[in-house]
Amino acid sequence: MLTELGHYALILATCIAAAQVIFGFWGAQRRHLAVMQAADQATLVTFALVVLAFAALMQAYIVSDFSLRTVWQNSHQDKPLIYRIAGTWGNHEGSLLLWTLILTLFSACLVLAGRGLPTTLKARVLGVQGVIALGFLSFMVLTSNPFLRQATLPIDGEGLNPLLQDIGLALHPPMLYLGYVGFSMAFSFAVAALIEGRVDPAWGRWVRPWTLTAWVFLTAGITLGSWWAYYELGWGGWWFWDPVENVSFMPWLSGTALLHCAIVVEKRDAMKVWTILFAVLTFSLSLVGTFIVRSGLLTSVHAFAVDPERGRYILMLLALSIGGSLGLFAIRAPIFKPGGIFAPISREGALLINNILLAIAAAIVFYGTLWPLVVEAMSGQKITVAGPFYDRTFVPIMVPVVILMGIGPFLTWKRADAGAVAQRLGLVLGITTLVVIAVLFLRRGGAWLPYVGIGLAVWLITAAAVEWLDRVGVWKGRFAGLGRRILRTPNAAHGMSLAHAGLGIAIIGMVGSTSWSLETITAMAPGDTADLGQHCVRFNGVNQAQGPNYSAQVGDLTVLRNCQNDWLALAPEKRAYPVRAMGTTEAAIISRWNGDYYVALGDEQDGKRVVRAYFRAYVPWIWLGGIVMVIGGLFSLSDRRLRLGIPRRVQAPAKGATGSPALATAKVDGGAA
Amino acid sequence: MAYSRKTQRLLFISVGLGFAAVAVVFMALAFSSTAAFFRTPSELVADDQAGSQRYRLGGLVETGSVVKQGSQTDFKVTDCQASLLVRTNIILPDLFREGQGVVAEGKLNASGVFEADKVLAKHDENYMPKDVADKLKQQGVWQGGGGC
Repeated sequence: MLTELGHYALILATCIAAAQVIFGFWGAQRRHLAVMQAADQATLVTFALVVLAFAALMQAYIVSDFSLRTVWQNSHQDKPLIYRIAGTWGNHEGSLLLWTLILTLFSACLVLAGRGLPTTLKARVLGVQGVIALGFLSFMVLTSNPFLRQATLPIDGEGLNPLLQDIGLALHPPMLYLGYVGFSMAFSFAVAALIEGRVDPAWGRWVRPWTLTAWVFLTAGITLGSWWAYYELGWGGWWFWDPVENVSFMPWLSGTALLHCAIVVEKRDAMKVWTILFAVLTFSLSLVGTFIVRSGLLTSVHAFAVDPERGRYILMLLALSIGGSLGLFAIRAPIFKPGGIFAPISREGALLINNILLAIAAAIVFYGTLWPLVVEAMSGQKITVAGPFYDRTFVPIMVPVVILMGIGPFLTWKRADAGAVAQRLGLVLGITTLVVIAVLFLRRGGAWLPYVGIGLAVWLITAAAVEWLDRVGVWKGRFAGLGRRILRTPNAAHGMSLAHAGLGIAIIGMVGSTSWSLETITAMAPGDTADLGQHCVRFNGVNQAQGPNYSAQVGDLTVLRNCQNDWLALAPEKRAYPVRAMGTTEAAIISRWNGDYYVALGDEQDGKRVVRAYFRAYVPWIWLGGIVMVIGGLFSLSDRRLRLGIPRRVQAPAKGATGSPALATAKVDGGAA
Repeated sequence: MAYSRKTQRLLFISVGLGFAAVAVVFMALAFSSTAAFFRTPSELVADDQAGSQRYRLGGLVETGSVVKQGSQTDFKVTDCQASLLVRTNIILPDLFREGQGVVAEGKLNASGVFEADKVLAKHDENYMPKDVADKLKQQGVWQGGGGC
């Protein structure tokens, strides 16, 4: 019954979304207030209906209603509750419904939070959001209906792939989708601005929180995905340059660029065309990401079953949304007046160059991910590119990005005082050199390349710290009232320092784990020990255990400190899931500050066990860096300037007033980024 | 030199183009030396010049061919016409199973053994990587399901 209600709600939502589109665009065009208000209502109703549909599907998963096709294919009664819930989006149909749910949630938030927006702009934004929702809803209803019944009622489901029965599935896809879909808001604002023909600092400030929200979720989602792939064996570790990882990374790169351009629009009324372009590109890349995963174009663990009908619909949707928005951009972009002029050495200059570099980085990833498809289409040759390709292209491009990230925040808008900045940078460089020499001494040398990476990371962290200390006024020796000055510093400034430092921390983890990890693979009898750097691993034996829907062999291993004293106990598992007749290998991981002890159990051979023991240097720093970046984003998002003074457009922007941000709330500015 | 909007634009465009040119050179160099070609066992066996190049070998894991010895695993990849011995030291993914699809990445050594440094068994619920399924369907050996 509830299923039918959900199905009905989904179809109704499709119709109401169509109404939302018509009311939004038509109302804004005619400046008809009542019609525009109807668009608001339609948005809220669409959201409520999608919530209902999603709840109905989730309920079907929870009670294991196997008369539904997707539930039968992807669930099983014996599965623990959390995986029955997470199973809702662990398949093609459900993940699309989750996508749509988040999309309509963002639209509803705009209706509820966007009271200060000009009514026509808001109506147009809702109209664009409605078009996207309509595309997804009709795709679901026509080609991938989650509420499809089957004639015969099976006794039990086929079960969820055991590899996906993990807390990662409960967290990673929703986070990633919140990020992907969050960029739809920036996209809709950009398209609405193209239609209206107006981009000004107020627009920049409205777009900022939505972009920031999406960026925070995408960062969290990518970090979670990386963590999941790291502890799941055979998925290639924390980053594999798998096509599906790449498609989540491209919108992140372009979204990061967007975030920074939007700041320039807000503060300096410049780089408008860039901002619009990045907004369109970021969401287009998100769409490509969602659909490439869905379409099965690329081989990946994420690929769901494909049928040609879906593929064609997907391509059509992509062509319409990306082609349409880029076409609109091409026609309308020239009308935007160029903004304030700035010197090469200025904050705008640094941001612009870094944006160019980020765009190139995204293009490299795009090329590496999609060019093999083009080659295949043209010559029939199947080729793949992986890690080594990106090591030689993406990594070198990121070097100047990181260097500039250290410099940029010291520069002032419009024209920076090169002498004063050089003085600060000298200090940063000095500290960096000292730290690298210390690390070199402690690690007793080795290959030089990792030290360059560590140097870049330390440069970035130190620069963020020095700039922050500068901003709160420690350098001038004014310690009195320091706490008050810290509190008075805009949260966006704290956020920037944290996010930049977070990337530095993550780079330490990436460089360390790539360069300084250790591994040993041996067959061991109970009581045997194996060397792992300066420490040892002892194998004590294997015990049997029973899980909720699997049976397991649990290894008992001990890490010996300096090969003498018992130190860490590790219990890796080999699980067997009877429902899918599949096994999984669960690694045991214990994190220390300088790396992870990572142990996996292999097969039995002549009374011995194959044991794989790793020391993965500095890996926890990657997650720590991701978390710090997310916290930085949240800090920035909590900036009172984004919440309090709801920006209003000034009536008549002063002609040529490049120096004064045309904002009613500019006074609380504080000169922050 | 007067610093005008024109100068500004010219400056940043040239910097941007410079970076883009460098990136294109990097990509061109890296692509030719790191891209791996996808081959089936019969194609690779027939190819005399299959020496130093990196390949992705796709096919089915031949039933009964998996031999584990310490950290080393040997198995045969077959496309139902020819099969090729693969040797690897890495952890095999949980989805690796006899009679099912697999993609191994590595090089052919002098004695004709494919030394893989990467073994992928990532695939959809039909247990068949797309690359493999396409190739096998093309050759008309595989119509779905596992095994030859």
